[in-house]
Amino acid sequence: MAKTAALELKHITKTFGSVVANKDVSLTVNKGEILSILGENGSGKTTLMNMISGIYHPDEGQIFINGEEAVIASPHDAFDYKIGMIHQHFKLVNVFTATENIVLGLEEKGKFDLKAAEKRVRTICEQYGFELDPKKKIYTMAVSEKQTVEIVKVLYRGADILILDEPTAVLTPQETQKLFAVLRRMRDDGKAIIIITHKMHEVLSLSDRVAVLRKGEYIGTVKTAETTEAELTEMMVGQKISLNIERSEPVDPQPRLEVHHINCSNREGVKMLDDVTFTAYSGEILGVAGIAGSGQRELLEAIAGLQRLDDGAILYNNPKTGKSDSLRDKTPIQIHELGVRLSFVPEDRLGMGLVGNMDLIDNMMLRSYRRGKSFFLERNAPKTLAQDIVDRLAVVTPGVTTPVRRLSGGNVQKVLVGREIAASPTVLMAAYPVRGLDINSSYTIYNLLNEQKQKGVAVIFVGEDLDVLIELCDRIMVIGAGRITGIVDARTTTKEEIGLLMTKTTAEGSETP
Amino acid sequence: MIVSFISSSIPLGVPLLFGSTGEIITEKSGHLNLGIPGIMYVGGISGVIGSFLFENSGALSLMEKGGFFNVLIPFLAIMIPFLSAICGAILMGLIYSFMTVTLRANQNVTGLALTTFGIGIGNFFGGSLIKLTNTDMPSIALTRTSNFFRASLPFADDLGWFGEVFLSHDFLTYVAIAIALLAEYVLNRTRIGLNLRAVGENPATADAAGINVTKYKYVATCIGSAVAGLGGLQYVMAYANGVWSNDAFGDRGWMAIALVIFALWKPTMAIFGSFFFGALCNVTFYAEGLGTTKQLFYMLPYVATLLVLIITSMRKKREHQPPEGLGLPYFREER
Amino acid sequence: MTSKTMKKHREPWLVISKRDDLVWWKAWLIRVATILVGILVVGILSMTLTGGGFAKIYSTMFRGAFGRLLEGNLMMVWPFFQKTAILLCLSLAVAPAFRMKFWNCGAEGQALIGGLASMVCMMKLGGTVSEWLLVPIVIISSIAAGAVWGLVPAIFKAHYNTNETLFTLMMNYVATQLVLYYINISSGGSQVIQPVLTGALPVIGNQKYLLNILIVIVLTVAMFIYLKYSKHGYEIAVVGESHNTARYVGINVKTVMMRTMLISGALCGVAGMLLVAGTDHSINENTVGGQGFTAIMIAWLGQLNPFVMALMSALVIFLQLGTAKVANDAFISDALSGIAVGIVILMLVGCEFFIRYSVKIRRNRKEGKA
Repeated sequence: MAKTAALELKHITKTFGSVVANKDVSLTVNKGEILSILGENGSGKTTLMNMISGIYHPDEGQIFINGEEAVIASPHDAFDYKIGMIHQHFKLVNVFTATENIVLGLEEKGKFDLKAAEKRVRTICEQYGFELDPKKKIYTMAVSEKQTVEIVKVLYRGADILILDEPTAVLTPQETQKLFAVLRRMRDDGKAIIIITHKMHEVLSLSDRVAVLRKGEYIGTVKTAETTEAELTEMMVGQKISLNIERSEPVDPQPRLEVHHINCSNREGVKMLDDVTFTAYSGEILGVAGIAGSGQRELLEAIAGLQRLDDGAILYNNPKTGKSDSLRDKTPIQIHELGVRLSFVPEDRLGMGLVGNMDLIDNMMLRSYRRGKSFFLERNAPKTLAQDIVDRLAVVTPGVTTPVRRLSGGNVQKVLVGREIAASPTVLMAAYPVRGLDINSSYTIYNLLNEQKQKGVAVIFVGEDLDVLIELCDRIMVIGAGRITGIVDARTTTKEEIGLLMTKTTAEGSETP
Repeated sequence: MIVSFISSSIPLGVPLLFGSTGEIITEKSGHLNLGIPGIMYVGGISGVIGSFLFENSGALSLMEKGGFFNVLIPFLAIMIPFLSAICGAILMGLIYSFMTVTLRANQNVTGLALTTFGIGIGNFFGGSLIKLTNTDMPSIALTRTSNFFRASLPFADDLGWFGEVFLSHDFLTYVAIAIALLAEYVLNRTRIGLNLRAVGENPATADAAGINVTKYKYVATCIGSAVAGLGGLQYVMAYANGVWSNDAFGDRGWMAIALVIFALWKPTMAIFGSFFFGALCNVTFYAEGLGTTKQLFYMLPYVATLLVLIITSMRKKREHQPPEGLGLPYFREER
Repeated sequence: MTSKTMKKHREPWLVISKRDDLVWWKAWLIRVATILVGILVVGILSMTLTGGGFAKIYSTMFRGAFGRLLEGNLMMVWPFFQKTAILLCLSLAVAPAFRMKFWNCGAEGQALIGGLASMVCMMKLGGTVSEWLLVPIVIISSIAAGAVWGLVPAIFKAHYNTNETLFTLMMNYVATQLVLYYINISSGGSQVIQPVLTGALPVIGNQKYLLNILIVIVLTVAMFIYLKYSKHGYEIAVVGESHNTARYVGINVKTVMMRTMLISGALCGVAGMLLVAGTDHSINENTVGGQGFTAIMIAWLGQLNPFVMALMSALVIFLQLGTAKVANDAFISDALSGIAVGIVILMLVGCEFFIRYSVKIRRNRKEGKA
């Protein structure tokens, strides 16, 4: 098959205010080819793809489709050029059914006929081997189902150029393999596929060529067959770095936090945690793996006193008093008053852990503003703390009076983790602490967690990248549909084993402290 | 007694039905338009100005000539105020959409400012027309135009209670019901409705699906305003017998907005809701014997709205919630 | 792909992007410029409607607001400050609620019910209780009445997430009806309550508005400190930004919501008390006169900063009094003031766009393109 260019970008530049998101990027995708776009978080991959799909408009540069120059001013224009994009954060209307979402925005002649559309959806599903109920409402769907809707939506419109933004972030290893099989089938159909990712092994196993971006700049394109992981990493990061996390053996592990048979349900009455039992030990990192939305958030919130339990017990063994305190049904303040040093880095940094519109000083106060009997606030200690964190963790910020929402993702996370660690915790919980961070920031966070572990803190780390979990943690607890499906030794387990446990619904594996 | 109670409650509910249908259409696009009370005032006064000019142009006397004019003049007498009301209301809708869609201003503040502005317009032109007519009464009477508006089906009286309850009303009552039914159909059964609901639920998704979010928001707001404006027109021309006096329209606009919640964002539910509210307002007139305590009955519609607000917020059903994107501005390049 | 669809694709000619941050004085320059343009538009509108000359309109507006100030007559300036003070008091009341993103649209009713409480105490207790006891009773009861009127919607919002905008709006009308009911039963058929002087606030410095104005000045400073430097103010800000963050740090969102609305309602009650016990010594359904709604816009335009809100209140009162005078002199409806205030506020709300976003016209990169 002769390679013809389906899509060509020439000298694309895009800025947001003073931030340059893409600078002079040029690349080509051929028909019947899978191109990976590899780059760290913040390297401008998504911005670039959003320009192809019409969400943004480039400041400079040209886009050619099938050899002709194209102006893509809106997503609608992109459809006309048969470009379909599957966004990382799904673009679906929750209260609509799958079919309603799929036909949304289409301009077909004739009567509006949902029945006929459902039929076509079924046909497409059969053709590519998807399992999807066209009448199911989105808000009742699991993440992988939602992704299927997104893919069918693009196929329904007859797209020839498909863009997938980090499609595997929410999938199990098994689901990822299934998706890759579908993508290969589409490639063989002659479609041009672009997949955005920062996971090296996916790049190597799936794509034909790899284009690398770094800090918004185009570094180069290489054939997958002719490259190595080390070469790609160097292109992506710009220097040779060792990607090994040092893992020490836990020193004198003591049971710090004991969770016994807890159950809880969400507002709609759906069970989110189902008979969860485990123990977190001091001086170790306990990893939590699972498909997004399997109850990780509820588990951490239950421990932090933010979630009502239906039954069960949470016990904290206080190293100072030697007593065992129950944390169940206590508010965060009551837990604090018990003398429990519990720190929590929540998943939603700017929506829960920090207040985006407040400056660093006021954000430092969140945990401590109650101190003292005065009716008024005391801003001196928080100011010192903020300055200290900025200096120690090398936070890039104009100053401590800058609203945190102005900081980049990595710096926001440093501020949050810095504050939580400053309270010298005995238990530290972190949910997806490196999501959206570049490699250097990620390693800063890993090092901070390791540091805490060595200080004897019981660290609970909820992660999504199984490679990182296996490298960083001492034990990995797998959660599936609110149940603990297994707790494995991170030093001996494999990704496949964890992947299987993630989709399992019955308990398995053994407690190996 | 019951028949006349029901029959006299219906006209009281019609402005509310226009207002709430208009607001539902607007809210489905993700905009909580608190300017509706002002828009209804503007609708009313635009209709009044239209018919005032028409009445004073002397065209009505052409009817004496009979023949063709017997059809044309009543038609014009209705269409001129009708179209003026719609145009006035759409202008207000355009201001609102420009502020909230293009300039992404806060919807609550814009709405309230628009209500201040609209009531100001209504009272200003109303007051000026009153001064122009040089009467002692603090109102303008457009009884002749009103008679055209209030013409009901000729055979309604012959059908007993059925005729009185269902057929004896002015034509705008039926227009209101028809618009509500049409809105329900369009929202739920057509591609345009699906797209509009998507815009209100999740504009980013709608945008990515190739829907022109800005266009949908503008059009929905303007159509919604036009519908609401007719509510003001119906109040003056049919319910108040063509008499405009300042501030007489009162707080019906706010009640219409509250009705949207009562109706769970469904125009068909708004039909029942508005007639129920009409009945509540009507109770006062039937409470003459109660002396001074009668005043307390005026509270009924408001208290009922409060109860509805509380009850709907207590039962939480996914399908009964406001559009997810309600009140939030949308900017495609937000990051 | 047809060439027809290709032709439709035009490049956007305006580039709109979010600004990082505009220097504060530039932002204020834009706002002040907008106000000036707004006053100009109002002037032109008045000119077209009244036929007066440019200078005449503005001198009339000035006279309407400040009286014969320039001739050295200070008497007519007092009503201006009185009205500004009342409007500011109502804006101060809604400000903490807005900081919490609680849309209290019920300042009108909360103030009215506060005023009603004053009136009832003055009429029913006047003569039975000694004056030095009655005044505190009047003050406390009106504050309490306003607070209750503010608390009720907050209770439902806190527990059932009931829409507070509509709830507070409806409470306004319940308050109006209660006032009408009270007038009905206590006026003996005349529908007018004659001024009652028992229990009225004392007059200081021989100037009947002076006490009101001083009280509001104190409240302005107090509110500034409360919002910026108190732990309560901090909690309000956190709740306003994110309920989740508040939960996360152990702030009881329900308590803060109810406490804040209690304060908001209480301050409205103070405004009602100032109007009834401090100024009119009587009540009718228009005692607050829609300023409860205007206050919402003032609070927003003043960025919830009490001192800026004071300036905005003065601006709006200037427009209201000025254009009413213009209208009265020209024998047209004084509802002109509603139009004028609406125009200026809409323009001010709109100008925020240019503060938050930058708009550039796209330079043409290539000529002669489809």
